[in-house]
Amino acid sequence: MSNTPFSDGIQAARLDAAELSENFGDLHPRFDDHEALVAADRCYFCHDAPCMTACPTDIDIPLFIRQIATGTPEAAAKTIFDQNILGGMCARVCPTETLCEQVCVRETAEGNPVEIGRLQRYATDKLVDAGLHPFGRADSTGKKVAVVGAGPAGLSAAHRLAMHGHDVTVYDARAKAGGLNEFGIAAYKSVESFAEREVDWLLKIGGITVETGKKLGDGLSLDGLKTEFDAVFLGIGLGGVNALGVDGEDKDGVDDAVDFIAELRQADDLGQMAIGRDVVVIGGGMTAVDAAVQAKLLGALNVSLVYRRGKDRMNASEFEQDLAASKGVRIITNASPKSVIGNGAVREIEFEYTDNDLKPTGQTIRLAADQVFKAIGQTLEGDGLPELEWGKIKVDDSGRTSVAGIWAGGDCATGGDDLTVTAVAEGRDAAEDIHAKLSA
Amino acid sequence: MANLESDFVGIKSPNPFWLASAPPTDKEYNVRRAFEAGWGGVVWKTLGAEGPPVVNVNGPRYGAIHGADRRLLGLNNIELITDRPLDVNLEEMTRVKRDYPDHALIASVMVPCEEDEWKRILPMIAETGCDGFELNFGCPHGMAERGMGSAVGQVPDYIEMVARWCKEATDLPVIVKLTPNITNILHPAEAALRGGADAVSLINTINSITNVNLDAMSPEPMIDGKGTHGGYCGPAVKPIALNMVAEIARNPETAKLPISGIGGITTWRDAAEFMALGAGNVQVCTAAMTYGFKIVQEMISGLSQWMDEKGYTSTADFVGMATPNVTDWQYLNLNHVTKAVINQDDCISCGRCYAACEDTSHQAIEMSEDRVFTVKDDECVACNLCVNVCPVENCITMRTLDVGEMDERTGKPVEADYGNWTAHPNNPMSTAAE
Repeated sequence: MSNTPFSDGIQAARLDAAELSENFGDLHPRFDDHEALVAADRCYFCHDAPCMTACPTDIDIPLFIRQIATGTPEAAAKTIFDQNILGGMCARVCPTETLCEQVCVRETAEGNPVEIGRLQRYATDKLVDAGLHPFGRADSTGKKVAVVGAGPAGLSAAHRLAMHGHDVTVYDARAKAGGLNEFGIAAYKSVESFAEREVDWLLKIGGITVETGKKLGDGLSLDGLKTEFDAVFLGIGLGGVNALGVDGEDKDGVDDAVDFIAELRQADDLGQMAIGRDVVVIGGGMTAVDAAVQAKLLGALNVSLVYRRGKDRMNASEFEQDLAASKGVRIITNASPKSVIGNGAVREIEFEYTDNDLKPTGQTIRLAADQVFKAIGQTLEGDGLPELEWGKIKVDDSGRTSVAGIWAGGDCATGGDDLTVTAVAEGRDAAEDIHAKLSA
Repeated sequence: MANLESDFVGIKSPNPFWLASAPPTDKEYNVRRAFEAGWGGVVWKTLGAEGPPVVNVNGPRYGAIHGADRRLLGLNNIELITDRPLDVNLEEMTRVKRDYPDHALIASVMVPCEEDEWKRILPMIAETGCDGFELNFGCPHGMAERGMGSAVGQVPDYIEMVARWCKEATDLPVIVKLTPNITNILHPAEAALRGGADAVSLINTINSITNVNLDAMSPEPMIDGKGTHGGYCGPAVKPIALNMVAEIARNPETAKLPISGIGGITTWRDAAEFMALGAGNVQVCTAAMTYGFKIVQEMISGLSQWMDEKGYTSTADFVGMATPNVTDWQYLNLNHVTKAVINQDDCISCGRCYAACEDTSHQAIEMSEDRVFTVKDDECVACNLCVNVCPVENCITMRTLDVGEMDERTGKPVEADYGNWTAHPNNPMSTAAE
């Protein structure tokens, strides 16, 4: 190892292997049996529980926690998977602090909710690690459904459709299924190749064929799919990345945060991941935090996360903001990028202070930067899609698009937050609607 | 700080907290440390007759019931009386009493139901300098199969007979320890009184099977694939013990019979409750077996603080104060009307009161769309279930309706007069004067 956090420019191996391994360990290690029992004992088994209402997939949380408390975590896992087949990943990436745990009555009572997310992980890991898949397929319907996009929405839809006896083909542009679970979240949230293992486990249902390296407009056409299949579900996510729209954006060292996150997730050796000494991440969402925190964990000396509005307007949850701060990320708010400065490669980036309505103040600051990550949102890509609304595929509550026979869900479609758990719910619900339609 | 000094049938101790006859009091090593920790007295683990001592099982002796967070709520045991030679116990008792003259040392005794056995052993034990005897008529397992323990305690005539022998054999106070494994606690208590006992202590443990091993299909604790009933104790038995203490304390025939209260006492408050119902002092075992000897320090500080707050200067001030308020159902005032009230500031909206009332009681709680829970006064019978299932203390309380105030459930104003079942018009045996 020749580099340190002080090494100039974008360099690999700023930290030694042991430090990197430590830094990228499990963010919330799995509960052991004792911890799970202690945590489960705290659940009050509320009537019509607020946590259930807050869960986009409506998991029966009091029931699964009681099943853990009574020594049957496998039954608890089944309760979770009944509603959310990606309950394992959701247990890792859900912003529980703004969903189930936020409304837990023990949060109300003591400011200390039942640790629902970690309990969910405890239960789901039991079945996934054991390779036990608790669902079987109904008799074959002879119907074929195409699912485009092997992310959370697509996988959720595919599993439910397969369960109902339909034959499903899932297409994905990447070389590997999983979507954002595999490529789009911080490594410390999904250690030990969990996303990949979860996909393998999910496919045990049978009746699902995955074809990678295929995307709409490149080997696939909607018309072709409509002809070949009885129904089509689009879970294609948001493939495009918003540009900053400032001078110097094309300089070396200015990258998309999603690419950095994907590359890091697929890296076999974190010591080969190059990172700047002075890193600036622009954006205020989960992607920005994931990029900033991981930059710091790779050994960047200074990492600043810069957001154009106030802290309370950031899409990243308070937990995520605190996580970033605790790892040493400096969060700068009310600053909007003006220009990227440097001779060929970025050296500095200039911001102008803005109020919460983005009104410029005329005051500027410059931050040293040898690497800049853009994380200011993603956009839908593709031509010939069903009718759009606000830049997304317009769907109704059942996921139906403007085109008969085509459903959509997840980040590419309207409705709900852009969360893994929301995508799972939308995929599942669209699958039920497809099933109803095909059974009619 | 209140004076906790205790005088129980002439036996003095620095406080009313004694360790009950059980494993914690089995040997000098433990008893010395118990006294150093603050216990006012100990009842030495039951001594048996001379000769080869009893033997215990070599597998597990205890089973347990747990509450949330694995808090031990009930313990059951199949251990027998001391399995150490009598002379060793007597030597140790002598040394301990010599070094702790101000602490109470009581000898628990169990020998076969023969007059000469009892009359021979008591004087031997008295030479240790012990302050009194407790006759173990309660042990429900093992020894009972040999005609001792609860086998004696379940036959009032035997209790009376043995108590009389013992009183003839010693001038020291004799306490008869009662088994709860009977239908009416008054019969053995009255028998002890007739036999001349100075006091009774209760309860001993309750016949119980705590768990079944579903793999081996055997009761727990399991010894080589078999189990037997044990003696149940700990917080779970406190309500049963309190009732039995109260029954003896309010029974005219036994009202003056001193009681040493035993049964799940874990905190100062538990002790105060036993004493309020008529126990002159208390004995503790499971709490010490769960948390160690140190817990007596909380009992001492808690009882002192409460006595100071109430203005009691001695434990005798409040012993039995609650006894007159223990009555029969038929004398409860049917004109006393209360209604549940939910404090919305304290409510955490868990909905447990609603589920309990809606599914299993009187459908007297309303739930709004936004999870506000309110009591329907026209349905509420004041059963108290909502209070009991609410996880927030004092969030739901019972409000007593004023005289003249309308009870919306019955449509009648609250009457001023006391009125009980004996005079109620619905009672075919009503004794109301027309």
